[in-house]
Amino acid sequence: MASTFIVKIRRQAHPQEKAHWEEFEIRDRQGLNIITVLRDIAENPVTRSGEGTTPVAYEANCLEEICGACAMLINGYPRQACSALVSNLEKPIRLEPLQKFPVVRDLAVDRSSMFESLKRTKCWISIDGTYPLGEGPRMAPELQEKGYPLSRCITCGNCLEICPRVNEHSHFVGAAIISQVRLFNLHPTGAMHAGERLEALMGEGGIADCDNAQNCVKVCPKGIPLTESLAAVNGQVLKHALRSWLQG
Amino acid sequence: MRHPRVIVVGGGLAGLMATIRVAESGVPVELFSIVPVKRSHSVCAQGGINAAKNLKGEGDTTDKHFDDTIYGGDFLANQPLVKGMCEAAPAIIDLLDRMGVMFNRTPEGLLDFRRFGGTLFHRTAFAGATTGQQLLYALDEQVRRYESEGKVKKFEGWTFLSAVLDDSNICRGICAMDLRSMEVRTFPCDSAIFCTGGNGTIFGQSTNSVVCTGSAQSALFQQGVHYANGEFIQVHPTAIPGEDKCRLMSESARGEGGRVWVPKTPGDKRDARSIPENERFYFLEEWYPKYGNLVPRDVATRAIYRAVYELKLGLEGQPAVYLDVTHIPREVLDRKLEGILEIYEKFMGVDPREHPMRVFPAMHYTMGGLWIDNQHQATNIPGIYAAGECDYQYHGANRLGANSLVSCIYGGMLAGPAAVHYSRGLEVGCENTSSHVFDRERTRQQDQNDALLNRQGTENPLTIWKELGAIMTEHVTVIRVNKALEAVLPKLDALAKRCEHVNLSDRTQWANQTLQFTRELANMIVLAKVITLGALARNESRGAHYKPEFPERDDANWLKTTVASYNGGNITLDYEAVDTSLIPLRARRYDMAG
Repeated sequence: MASTFIVKIRRQAHPQEKAHWEEFEIRDRQGLNIITVLRDIAENPVTRSGEGTTPVAYEANCLEEICGACAMLINGYPRQACSALVSNLEKPIRLEPLQKFPVVRDLAVDRSSMFESLKRTKCWISIDGTYPLGEGPRMAPELQEKGYPLSRCITCGNCLEICPRVNEHSHFVGAAIISQVRLFNLHPTGAMHAGERLEALMGEGGIADCDNAQNCVKVCPKGIPLTESLAAVNGQVLKHALRSWLQG
Repeated sequence: MRHPRVIVVGGGLAGLMATIRVAESGVPVELFSIVPVKRSHSVCAQGGINAAKNLKGEGDTTDKHFDDTIYGGDFLANQPLVKGMCEAAPAIIDLLDRMGVMFNRTPEGLLDFRRFGGTLFHRTAFAGATTGQQLLYALDEQVRRYESEGKVKKFEGWTFLSAVLDDSNICRGICAMDLRSMEVRTFPCDSAIFCTGGNGTIFGQSTNSVVCTGSAQSALFQQGVHYANGEFIQVHPTAIPGEDKCRLMSESARGEGGRVWVPKTPGDKRDARSIPENERFYFLEEWYPKYGNLVPRDVATRAIYRAVYELKLGLEGQPAVYLDVTHIPREVLDRKLEGILEIYEKFMGVDPREHPMRVFPAMHYTMGGLWIDNQHQATNIPGIYAAGECDYQYHGANRLGANSLVSCIYGGMLAGPAAVHYSRGLEVGCENTSSHVFDRERTRQQDQNDALLNRQGTENPLTIWKELGAIMTEHVTVIRVNKALEAVLPKLDALAKRCEHVNLSDRTQWANQTLQFTRELANMIVLAKVITLGALARNESRGAHYKPEFPERDDANWLKTTVASYNGGNITLDYEAVDTSLIPLRARRYDMAG
């Protein structure tokens, strides 16, 4: 008989309904990831005890850890379901939705707050228009090598999930957003509007809310130097505040 | 003066660029996307974007880019639009650079360029090996800026179901479904631009994302929009096979010096690193001395098939070959290819800097697509536009690597202003369309949902999809045989029939992903039929379309665009001439020196 393993999934049919756990028995085979497990369940939505259920709702798109969609808690740890290989996971496997975002259904959560934060912090380059205006600014390779790793953020939300300062009582924007502010502030054109971004991080939920737990950097699937970003932006905010104060 | 309304469906590179151009012209945009636009499939593009900026002193020109693209596409592309794209490409790179894309740089601070398949020039600008991600983010940020200014309204988490067509068959809006509340709603517009990507999911495991089902294109096709060159799909030579998807290993690996090889001895079980140089068969370099590992994708894919299936040289007898970058210095690999090497490492658990990668071809790109005219990205239905991978222009019978990003952005740049121009010129706009027209379409779509939810069948949609993928991959990808293609058609009909007996297992009205998927599945099967019929009819070999029974390109009979149309459940194929007015036809021989 083929070997099997157990997956426990925290289910919630609707934001207003109570969550409950369901267990599934999955046929083990080579190269399985959590996405294949969820597809197995969708193909045969029957719990371990033989009861029919609904396929599990979850977000996923690229399946190669670049779109950021399939973040969830896997054995209590925030990570992408596509790159979570079953062979490397302790069994039984526990799947839960990220806890710091509103649950939509089952493992699918609403992370639109992150996109709203990117809007509030003006994380873009203010170009004059898409008509031809010649080449972009020259950039030293060193600057590109500093900026590129920051620009790989996939907005998965893992760093917010693990952050103790992101909770019901605080509006902390989280490391991902602050790191994006750093990215746009270091770009030659973006730097022209650095002040606006820093001001957005000065009030409630801004950089001052970070208490330096340094968990964020450990769960970033893209290895972004988030703590460096937090320190750098903190310095920029302090300098900006001082300058504003001096200029009265 | 009336205020036109424009809708964009799809938020990848083409959709975002179209959105920016419409917003920039002062017309408000409603942007629909299944996923948050920042998670669109463009994010997966790896290697780079082509533009003949000639920053390496090689004498590259936009004309050479144009010629490489037409030749690479085996002369099936209409030439004027391709020429326009190649001429616009350098300015597109400049624009992206101004938007803050972190392109790799030279010591002088200029953009760095690398080589890609089907050209002998360093023509590909890149941001590590995650160029698509970087480009998508740049456009996403610009759209977010317009969103904050109230010029763009996003409907993320909505799926397109159908166009709203009035009695004169003019597009007056779209019908879409909220993927949370499952609400079906119509949205009036004067023009709608479709940027809904490719259809790799029809082939089961492909390099495409989950959303790349071609469902929107198929829905439009069933409403009367023509679909062109469906039979032309691209199978990428180097991907990591997987049960959920095949993960792309970018052509840039070869652009930076990566080599494809197999051991000379069939079934050789030795560790790759212990196999001496003279016992390795670098078949691409041997068979194609001029282009070597950088032949176009269709050529490389068929060569791998030949090595594996004809010469039986697959690794340990398996369908796999080595893609080897271990001879390239670690520092170079990490600076230029980190993004893809990381994928291999994470998903295969092996460091490709130390061990050659095991790869095999996989469905990758949709050259065919919604029929559009030769100027404005306009389909045959007034008010419906298409851009990006879902349109059929630009790539002919085979797309060159790093041309997709530029074609998506260029298409979006044309479609936006064209849709605005059309909408402004309308004497009677969508605001004057009878509510009956909208109610009729909404009811039609709601009825489909209700029917699905009430169905008491035994079939599982995922099982049907897996069978669809297996059939299409086996018979309608790299090698096409008429007898097998003929046999595919009744199988597709049988799958469609089984779709009518689906049991959703989920009858709830909240975030019901099974309902969404089942609707997409039915549309996928229709498009699968278009692809298969086109392939069956085309008795020649051209670009990615290869028939051993008809191994040569046949310009006398087949230098023409396939145009499929749908009439009451029947698919008919017509043909139209290819515009070859700029570059004369010549034989496509990558194996010839000189």
